Amino acid sequence: MPELTQFEALRRRLERLGATVTSQVWRLGFASRFLAYLVLHSGTALRRYRLTIAEVYFAGVLSLVIILVSGLFVGMVLALQGYDTLQRFGASESLGVLVALSLVRELGPVVAGLLFASRAGSAITAEIGLMKATEQISAMEMMAVDPIARVVAPRFWGGVISMPLLAALFSAAGIFGGYLVGVQLIGVDAGSFWSQMQAAVDVREDILNGVIKSLVFGVAVTWISVFEGYDAVPTAEGVSRATTRTVVISSLSILALDFVLTALMFTGGNH
Amino acid sequence: MPESPIVEIRNVSFGYDAARPVLRNIELTIPRGAVVGIMGQSGCGKTTLLRIIMGAYLPSSGEARVLGHATRSLDGARLYEMRRKMGMLFQFGALFTDMSVYENVAFPLREHAELPEELERDLVMLKLQAVGLRGAAHLMPTELSGGMARRVALARSIALDPRLILYDEPFTGLDPISFGVIVRLIRSLNDSLGATSIIVTHDVQEALDVVDYVYFMAAGRVIARGRPDEIRASPEPFVNQFVNGKPDGPVPFHYAAPEYAADLELAVA
Repeated sequence: MPELTQFEALRRRLERLGATVTSQVWRLGFASRFLAYLVLHSGTALRRYRLTIAEVYFAGVLSLVIILVSGLFVGMVLALQGYDTLQRFGASESLGVLVALSLVRELGPVVAGLLFASRAGSAITAEIGLMKATEQISAMEMMAVDPIARVVAPRFWGGVISMPLLAALFSAAGIFGGYLVGVQLIGVDAGSFWSQMQAAVDVREDILNGVIKSLVFGVAVTWISVFEGYDAVPTAEGVSRATTRTVVISSLSILALDFVLTALMFTGGNH
Repeated sequence: MPESPIVEIRNVSFGYDAARPVLRNIELTIPRGAVVGIMGQSGCGKTTLLRIIMGAYLPSSGEARVLGHATRSLDGARLYEMRRKMGMLFQFGALFTDMSVYENVAFPLREHAELPEELERDLVMLKLQAVGLRGAAHLMPTELSGGMARRVALARSIALDPRLILYDEPFTGLDPISFGVIVRLIRSLNDSLGATSIIVTHDVQEALDVVDYVYFMAAGRVIARGRPDEIRASPEPFVNQFVNGKPDGPVPFHYAAPEYAADLELAVA
């Protein structure tokens, strides 16, 4: 009977949807337990701080080139676009404010976070996934060494420490790029550029909120990266899929979290 | 009073899910000081059995006693305490690729014993000397041949002078010289450390030259056991096929398939 067949097909689709949702909820629960275990077993990473510093180098210092160059160009483009708009209203002297607020509040944490996810997050996932695929994680467990404490926790804290620093450097490079284009190339007055920026950018409302954003993005991206690596299917294809998932989920999480944080931070009526 | 066996597996069954048992009613005893082989075809459950001995998996039923502990009764800390008395050589070595040969061998010492640097160095060099690679201490794992990597991993697995050494397919992919070296090392390290060794392998002929006793597995069961000469002379058809490498026998050459003629859509006369 065609009605029954249609009903059966609908039932199967609903079943598949239900199974997918259930499995994702289970996975989220597993990832949350993983994060709790990781934080509770961070003693080794913090006590043997050299392990964490090595990961700050790996995730942070090695990401500097892409962060600084991207920041510089983003700042330069902001200055070009901003000047074009501001000069129509005779407010071209406020170019410094526009560049700085855009970067410190929004573009710095978000773009640096997206770049961090692509550069460092994917590398963390691939490294842990390959360690799993080549039995290095199992070897550690057999040597009575907890791999979450020894391998995962230092990478997690290395990423969490690096991210706000990278976002700050991204914003600094962007402001410098804005200065190059706005002041040196277009000819906006240097005094107005810097003094208006200094007057308008608030440490607590703008800079601190930007730092909080980048810290939240750092926790999210690094958590996703280490979890995807640790949970990867230990094959070449499995590691490849995990790396892709890291970049996709991290990027979407950054954008979603940014909306939530912006709504909480900047809609109080002061700005 | 005779010493208790170092590993006792009593009526152990295991499956990843209830519908697909991997091990069925395994009985196995490993006496102290012996080199024991667990042999069988790929997928017969021997690596799963090794993981039960490691405490990585718990039996679905039955009991596994290792180094005097029932693995089921161990919490995380006591499991790690037991593993400190065990060493394991993985199939392809599982060396840490971001560490040099020296650092790989020093890893267990650094994690479990805060030794003075001089003493640590002496111990690492001692272990590397035992496997003939003292001169390779500065190399990275990517600079090693497969055989050398296996020897470094062996040096790392004996860094804490284990009482039980586990070998997971230690001969896979080795050239004849490396192969001979590993065979000699398994025996000599076992005897010099006063340890007990378990070798899981499907390289039967080679392993029979080094082991004292063999458990032969098929489809999750122990189907034969005995000294190497008894296994070589075993009348059990599967063991006979396996030991002599016969292409056809209880394990058929052809994977189960419909009639050939039917598959080719030929008319049967």
